Amino acid sequence: MKLVVNQRRYDVDVDPETPLLYVLTDDLKLKGPRFGCGLAQCGSCSVLIDGKETRSCVTPVSAVGEGAVTTLEGLSQLYAKEKGLAAAPALHPVQKALLDEQAPQCGYCYNGITIKAAELLSEKADPSEGDIREAMDGHLCRCGTYPRIMKAIRRAAAEMRK
Amino acid sequence: MNAIVQTSFARRSLLKGAGALIIGFGLGLDGKSALGAPAVQDPKSAASWIAVGNDDLVTVYLGKVELGQGNGTTMLQLVAEELDVPVSKVVAAQVDTMRSMNQGATVSSSSIQVAGQQLRLAAADIRQELLRRASAKLGVPADKLSVSGGVVRGGGKTARYAELVGPGTQEIALTGKAPLKDVAQYKVIGARTPRRDLPAKIDGTYTFMQQASVPGMLHGRVVRPKGQGGYGHPPKVKAIDEASIKHLPNVRVVRQRDFVGVVAERQWDAVRAAEALKVDWELPASLPGDVKLYDKMRSAKTVDSVVLKEGDGAQAGDHVVSGTFHTPYQAHAPFGPSCGIADVKADGALVLCSSQDVFALRDRIAAVAELPKDKVQVQYLEGSGCYGHSCYDDAALAAVVMSKAVGKPVRVQFMRWDELGWDNYGPAHVGEVRIAAGKDGRLTSYEYQGWHHGWQIEETSEYLASGKPVREFNKGVGSLIVNKQDAGGMYDIPNRLLLNHAVPGLDGYLKGANLRSPMDLSYSFASEQLIDRLARLCALDPVEFRRRNITDERWRGVLEAVAKAANWQSRAQAPAANGDVVKGRGVALGTHRASMAGAVADIEVNRRTGAIVVKHVYAAMDCGIAVNPDIVESQIIGMSIQATSRVLKEAVTFNETNVTSLDWVSYPVLRFGEHPDVTPVIVPSRNPSIGAGEEAIPAVGAAIANAFYDATGKQLSEYPMTPERVLQALRA
Repeated sequence: MKLVVNQRRYDVDVDPETPLLYVLTDDLKLKGPRFGCGLAQCGSCSVLIDGKETRSCVTPVSAVGEGAVTTLEGLSQLYAKEKGLAAAPALHPVQKALLDEQAPQCGYCYNGITIKAAELLSEKADPSEGDIREAMDGHLCRCGTYPRIMKAIRRAAAEMRK
Repeated sequence: MNAIVQTSFARRSLLKGAGALIIGFGLGLDGKSALGAPAVQDPKSAASWIAVGNDDLVTVYLGKVELGQGNGTTMLQLVAEELDVPVSKVVAAQVDTMRSMNQGATVSSSSIQVAGQQLRLAAADIRQELLRRASAKLGVPADKLSVSGGVVRGGGKTARYAELVGPGTQEIALTGKAPLKDVAQYKVIGARTPRRDLPAKIDGTYTFMQQASVPGMLHGRVVRPKGQGGYGHPPKVKAIDEASIKHLPNVRVVRQRDFVGVVAERQWDAVRAAEALKVDWELPASLPGDVKLYDKMRSAKTVDSVVLKEGDGAQAGDHVVSGTFHTPYQAHAPFGPSCGIADVKADGALVLCSSQDVFALRDRIAAVAELPKDKVQVQYLEGSGCYGHSCYDDAALAAVVMSKAVGKPVRVQFMRWDELGWDNYGPAHVGEVRIAAGKDGRLTSYEYQGWHHGWQIEETSEYLASGKPVREFNKGVGSLIVNKQDAGGMYDIPNRLLLNHAVPGLDGYLKGANLRSPMDLSYSFASEQLIDRLARLCALDPVEFRRRNITDERWRGVLEAVAKAANWQSRAQAPAANGDVVKGRGVALGTHRASMAGAVADIEVNRRTGAIVVKHVYAAMDCGIAVNPDIVESQIIGMSIQATSRVLKEAVTFNETNVTSLDWVSYPVLRFGEHPDVTPVIVPSRNPSIGAGEEAIPAVGAAIANAFYDATGKQLSEYPMTPERVLQALRA
């Protein structure tokens, strides 16, 4: 089965029913997407497929088809491509803002948080607080770091508008 | 291990120690295989704690683990401060039973206060020894030397610590008598040092336990009834229909008594097989069901004790208020379910896990694997935040059982329903509280009677596999008694009586364990609501009422700090309410053991729908000197959100046979769209640093309840404060 992940082509030999998550973690050894619920309820496993945030834990790998999968690892590359930058920055602006705000505690949910925030900012340059709350509502953070995530997204948005 | 060692571990191995690295990484400092090598953990030797290398790196053999609370940064700050080295040159070795110091479980906000002090004393001893050596080398008296950035200066000459280490390993004794640095000289303590672990957590290169792997590893899943029954009333396997998974030929079923699991090379096969495998379970109807829980607890044959009796315990006072409060089982509910990897061989076992107490887990593993303790090596890898004793040990033990059965390394990843359904929940509680005050607004008597069972001892995998009877902690440190610090302990009350009623936990209840700020949310929710009721009877503002009853400077400090941050204005009367949405503001205090916290919450209540929205939380904490104010603020923010979640949304549901909270729908937690803004406040202090990871929980939860009283004039006797309960209270 062929897959495009982080702008690279892969050929994986798996049952087509296998959720994309297990292919990414076990076959491609990626550490961005991670298991949280297996029920599409929490956002831990999120990836972008053609730029849209998708729950990889309930997406059979056969359903990906020609879709371009981007994981946390490939986020800054994707950003560079979208922005027409010569080289990918070390971190996507959302990642940089999360680091600047020292937002994570355990950090386990930050894969999905980062993926979803990057999707939001690629679609809406200047989201309101309500926009951010609505977009991020499907991503749980059990450590309770939502307030710093909120600040970081606004900071990243401002940075990206420059 | 001996004192100042010649070389330090490569930093890469120390910080990333995960996955395939691990097996090959089982080497002691002496280069022998750690499996079977003598564990050199002499607490009298300072270098068992800290090693200064001749490469300028300082390695700390922490026994406390990073849980996302910042231990992996703050503990290093303490060492850097006492040693006078840049914090960037201090690294923590992976917590490992073969190498780390046993500093006890990473619980009860004890890291900074207890373990941190141990590290500081060790660092001070090493600094003194290095100064002695520098004095000899430079020919300058030690008292004429100064140190900064790991460089000793004096008489116009300098020597780096690394140059003073010398060849070979040298041991020095931990005297605990070397002088600690004066608070006025602190440079690293009190600094907003960025978290050491965050860059890798943000760029996706961090290895969580859930992402670790070892060569040849198989994937395991546990197979259990969905949701636990009564602790001590385990499910029994009547029959397993292996034909039910014959469409998955690469799966092997593991059974040991009533422990059932599946093992496969591919993770998806294990997941599918665990779902498909038909097991005929005998499920005893051992539970009261959540509806009848509190009646059962209240009428249980309890073991009663007097926790505290001050004064004559009389109920005298111009105003007497009382109430009965019910608070439910709540789950740790880590965002990523627990995971463990075990490689059990005939002559030893290596286990990777996210345990808060790797040493205690090692002993359990030894028993389950039938190996001597010194042949079991347990290494820590950070998992998803756990907030207390979640299923991490259970997952590790499940991996041990399965690895032993199949003779290969096995990784067990709990599914969401395993974690929520088989958690060691924060126990349910019944509180009967009676408080009295004089017309002058001074508290005269206070009585708190609390009913709850204790904490579990056996892990689920352990007792299912062994068939042995389970026990609960009902005496000693693991037992639960009404917390005298939190139940009215902040106030000056001449007569105070605290009674504990220990409910027999094996008599048809859920499995219990420590959940962040254990039980304090229950106590504060009950106690602080009655304090507000008294304030109103005395026609006093809630802050002013508390002020009148507190003389302790530190409690006064958090109260004033939070009132100031929130710009608290006197409000003796509930504001007039019009329209569907009414606003309220409440204040409350709370603690666990160490730090003191005060909170103000601003909420909105929709009187038509019953929905409560918490708009803003102000939370102040006195944790002594904040070692890293940014991390303390982050903790206060996280606790405020978690307390909001717990008091508004969270309760474990169950019927007579099993728990029914199995996913994020049946166990809802606060979502992004619902979160309040949080203003964290650190009360300036020169007092010794104490833990800062628990105490805001009870204060914030109770402040929300008091804001509801402010908004509606009603109080709720039970949380979570769901729309149904709100509407019921408003109708009453």
